[in-house]
Amino acid sequence: MSKLGLITKREYLTRVKKKSFLLATFLTPLAFGLIIFLSGYFASQMGESEQSIVIADANNIIKQYPIEDKNLTIDFSDELIDSLKKNYINNGYDMLIHLPKFDNIESNKFNVNYYSKEKLGIAKIEKLERSIGKSLKSFKLENSSIDKVEYDKLRTNVILENALLAEKDSDIEGDRSSKFSSGIATALSYGMGFMMYMVIFIFGGMVMRSVMEEKLNRIVEVIVSTVKPFQLMLGKLLGVGAVGLTQLIIWMILFSIISMIAGSYFGGDTSSITGMDAQQTAEMMKQLEDEEGFSVTSLLNEIKALNWLLILPTFIIFFLGGYFIYSSLFAAVGSAISEDMGEAQQFMLPISIPVIIAIIMVPAVMGNPNGPLAVFGSMFPLLSPILMPARLPFDPPLWQVLISTLILIASVIFFVWLAGRIYRVGIFMHGKKISFKELAKWIRYKY
Amino acid sequence: MSILSLQNVVKQYHNHRAVDGVSFDIPKGSIFGLLGPNGAGKTSLIRIITTITGADSGKVYLDGNPINADSPKFIGYMPEERGLYKKMKVGEQLLYLAQLRGMNKNEAKSAILYWLEKFDNKDWWNKKIEELSKGMQQKIQFIATVMHKPKILILDEPFTGLDPLNTNLMKEEINQMNQQGTSIIFSTHRMEQVEEICKDIVLINQGKKILEGKVDEIKNQHKNNLFRIEFDGSFPKDLLNSDFQLVEDTPEYVLIKVSANHNSNELLRALIAKGIQIKSFTEVLPSLNEIFIKLVEK
Repeated sequence: MSKLGLITKREYLTRVKKKSFLLATFLTPLAFGLIIFLSGYFASQMGESEQSIVIADANNIIKQYPIEDKNLTIDFSDELIDSLKKNYINNGYDMLIHLPKFDNIESNKFNVNYYSKEKLGIAKIEKLERSIGKSLKSFKLENSSIDKVEYDKLRTNVILENALLAEKDSDIEGDRSSKFSSGIATALSYGMGFMMYMVIFIFGGMVMRSVMEEKLNRIVEVIVSTVKPFQLMLGKLLGVGAVGLTQLIIWMILFSIISMIAGSYFGGDTSSITGMDAQQTAEMMKQLEDEEGFSVTSLLNEIKALNWLLILPTFIIFFLGGYFIYSSLFAAVGSAISEDMGEAQQFMLPISIPVIIAIIMVPAVMGNPNGPLAVFGSMFPLLSPILMPARLPFDPPLWQVLISTLILIASVIFFVWLAGRIYRVGIFMHGKKISFKELAKWIRYKY
Repeated sequence: MSILSLQNVVKQYHNHRAVDGVSFDIPKGSIFGLLGPNGAGKTSLIRIITTITGADSGKVYLDGNPINADSPKFIGYMPEERGLYKKMKVGEQLLYLAQLRGMNKNEAKSAILYWLEKFDNKDWWNKKIEELSKGMQQKIQFIATVMHKPKILILDEPFTGLDPLNTNLMKEEINQMNQQGTSIIFSTHRMEQVEEICKDIVLINQGKKILEGKVDEIKNQHKNNLFRIEFDGSFPKDLLNSDFQLVEDTPEYVLIKVSANHNSNELLRALIAKGIQIKSFTEVLPSLNEIFIKLVEK
């Protein structure tokens, strides 16, 4: 076996054979599931706290047109507001709402006061504003000359649907995804973008620690007397990268098994993963219209409808590209440090900044997945490993994917080369604090 | 025939010349001392010999051939600061290092087993390095250096951090390897260690070679004609003149420096003529350390 092969194999096997690898591989998806479940659970718990309210309504409207909120226990009081203000807490209420007498019933503005034991959240205030507004509207409607039936006719619910969903003629070009699928695409974008973010820091950190370990414990001197420093660094990048790829592939297999099991359990069609024709999609849309059909089956079908043939290979390419770019930078940093992790901080910050910028850009990119910001972000090599995968579920033009991939590959070569130049000097530097200026000098050294 | 030959080797690091036109030959089968104070350029030289870095100019021949990518196979190198992968098992680790040195798996395995057995530690194969004591780790380090039967062994400060027991063991092993034909380069700044081990040395300072040759010849060249005399009674001061100078006077012995145009026999004769009862008469040769300091201060 070649020396590069030996190094790669060692880097790979020592990590994969560890128990912590198995744990991380199988527990991470569980942890993710748990996080999703918990955030859903907490969201559903939001505003569940029950409150009792006393309303002093000088116009006596709310009693006739009651507020519908199952979390509120509402009492009405005719007491004078001045004594009510003082007593509402003692009387066991959380809040007092005071609707003063109308000056002008036709006014579009009405000031309502509240007194509350606790500070109210903005969501709660808006909800109450809407509820009271609704009651007042019903009251005003009844007392106006407008006919309720006529009024209701004014309302129009516009539903914007993708016509190509139902189109049988496959010659017509255009996007065939539903509104619902945009939601799934968004979730997938976030998922992939966030995963890249984790990959960069987890595996980049792994590479950095490994370089530091070899340098600080001086075994690097023994190794580089038999192989070139660049080979050692490259072997490490390849070995750790293979660990990441192994993990990714296991997750993909797990995911497809789970969705297959879920699919057959919920009676969905699992025969095709790559896509479905318009008719199927249309059927599914019909299902969607029915509120009950908005279920696991339709979710699974939508997931299957994504262009996985483009998404999966491209994601793997950007996964590896992002990994190589950032890990080689981390390797360079690891080689430059001579004592402890504290020194690493100053170098890690500039590496982290583009990653964080990319993560911040994800929502904007998804909001307009083919806009100029998205196109730029998915081309620029320090951002593209996060932003291109984020664009993938929105069917970006193929030529953009290809150009971005080419830029990515060229950048990988450049960054690995650059890191190699720093690494070969760094691993022999001891007891000296290194500045950025120094790093730049190392790149130009002949060795 | 020399196992290693350096010809006018130069290595420049940005603003200082670490190795400045150094040439020397290491005879096959010798134990060779590469001496110099800290920062003299020893490690830079070793890194060139071990192909870790390349020389800017000059030539290095290993066993008659210019050093190349294949050379590490024939070199065993133990750096001053030693290290192993702490979490790796002894067997795996040695196997890995041996394969990097170009051995195949089976060769490597039997060589490792041979050495582990030699150190009475056959059952270490599955132990992690971090489970071993420091002395044990150093033995593993030594095995890693020699298991591929190198033609030349380069030991950079091999005794630093070793307890007396392990120092002795290491010396024995070095001698044994040498007797079996391995040439040894012993790099150190501790001159006194060299005097007992090496026959040939080269002394470098600030990147330049300042001295080269056999230890005893060098000492003879730099001797000061100092003689140590033990005797009964008191020393006859009237004997001293510009030819015989008293350097040190103690109750046990005196040190006399004989001027260059006289020799030891004349001093001896003069002493005998004075009727002094001489108990011992020895020439005092300078230590390498003294020679070094003298040369550097020049």
